[in-house]
Amino acid sequence: MSITVQIPTALRRHTDGVGSITCAASNLGELFTVLDEKFPELKPHIRDDKGQIRRFLNIYVNEEDIRFLGGQSYAFQEGDEVLLVPSIAGGKG
Amino acid sequence: MCHYELRCRECGRTWGNQPRSICDECFSPLEVAYDYDALKPSVSRERISQRPPNMWRYSELLPLPQGYEPRLPVGFTPLFKAPHLGKRLSATAPAAGNLYIKNDAVCLPTLSFKDRVVAVALANAREFGFDTVSCSSTGNLANAVAAHAAREGLKAWIFIPSDLEPAKILGTNVFGAKVVRIAGNYDQVNRLCSQIADEHRWGFVNVNLRPYYAEGSKTVGFEIAEQLGWRLPDNIVCPMAGGSLITKIKKAFDELIKLGLVEPKEVKFFGAQATGCSPISTAVKTGSSEIEPQKPSTIARSLAIGNPADGHYAIKTIKGSGGWSEDVSDPEVVDSIRLLAETEGIFTETAGGVTVGCAGKLYRQDRILPDETTVLCVTGNGLKTTDVLAGVYQTERPIAPKLVEFEAYLQQTLELEEVPGVVAATEEVAGIGA
Repeated sequence: MSITVQIPTALRRHTDGVGSITCAASNLGELFTVLDEKFPELKPHIRDDKGQIRRFLNIYVNEEDIRFLGGQSYAFQEGDEVLLVPSIAGGKG
Repeated sequence: MCHYELRCRECGRTWGNQPRSICDECFSPLEVAYDYDALKPSVSRERISQRPPNMWRYSELLPLPQGYEPRLPVGFTPLFKAPHLGKRLSATAPAAGNLYIKNDAVCLPTLSFKDRVVAVALANAREFGFDTVSCSSTGNLANAVAAHAAREGLKAWIFIPSDLEPAKILGTNVFGAKVVRIAGNYDQVNRLCSQIADEHRWGFVNVNLRPYYAEGSKTVGFEIAEQLGWRLPDNIVCPMAGGSLITKIKKAFDELIKLGLVEPKEVKFFGAQATGCSPISTAVKTGSSEIEPQKPSTIARSLAIGNPADGHYAIKTIKGSGGWSEDVSDPEVVDSIRLLAETEGIFTETAGGVTVGCAGKLYRQDRILPDETTVLCVTGNGLKTTDVLAGVYQTERPIAPKLVEFEAYLQQTLELEEVPGVVAATEEVAGIGA
């Protein structure tokens, strides 16, 4: 099984410019382990001091917020496209 | 030297001034920080009050490029007492005698408070060298970006959920902006825009210009304080979508205190949401400090943001102030729009209905007391969301242009004891019960 992970520009300076990776992670925990191993410099930017995923990092799977899919417990499916997107509030109105 | 710069809200790292909303270090949002010591000698009540009545009178407290000359008199909307509404919202005697409305339904040029934020964002867009500005929007922001861009001679690309109210789409088209309809909800449009901002060198007012844009909201707070005679109210009731406005009114009050323009006071902040999209009020009510995103389902489309990134800060502002958050159903939103119109002559959009409806709940819960000075923030105009009133009023049968016809009509109407409107109808019910 493989999934694709898109990395936003803001984080690419910690990935040697890599904007996308393919991996076999089966859930969010595994995905972050893969990212930690592949890009050690990225780790402090996407996890806080306690190792938790940072509050303002949103994770989407095939355009759906992963929190609607079960969050940490969601099992990735073959071909899933995962987006890491900074949380930005939008315009009311 | 510039008296402001971007600073990370979490780790405190500074970033100078540039089109950027996220701290690369910790991925947290940036905001504009000021050198208040440097500002203090140059601001005074006298100086501000001598300036023209628009939001630019507070320019020292806004992130404006040196030499920027505003081209539109935005803001300084009316603040007035609302005694009739106060009588209706207060559960028991005495009536809420110190209730005020801050009426941004008449903010220029596009009739919502979004004109304030866009004015500041676009002042910076030009400085950063953008020739195209953009936004994701639930309507009011789209109108504001399109109008201000026209005025500033910038191109505008506007991204909206495809189900927006027709008046808000038309009110964007008319300014010559390119409108891109997205088959999705606001949160999906917003996520797409953050990706587009990554690829295109455009000034997205609520993405890469966001820290500057958000500062414009402070002018609501500055004006409320000045219009109350340079004093702070006891309570603010504020609609919440992304959750930014309520935090920026708080920032405005804090700045006025810091600069000695008002006496220090603990203002309570109350947030208002529609029940069909209430991630912030749900968190406040359940005692959580984190947002659980929701799929919006409400007629208050201007507040339909299910994943409000400033939600965390809105919760902090509300809880830290001793305030609370409420939410109201769609029928209550419609009733509240009518109530405000019938009692005070203000026609607000759905977001205003949310604010008035929630204020009523807060009075009934004794979280807001009748004698306290309370300001309701009405942020948008009812003419943009007339669709929610469809079917509320019957189209009357026309009568012939003859006095006798009118007299017959009048007689018939009186006989039927037809009492249109929420106010009269409810008073009648109360009378029967008494």
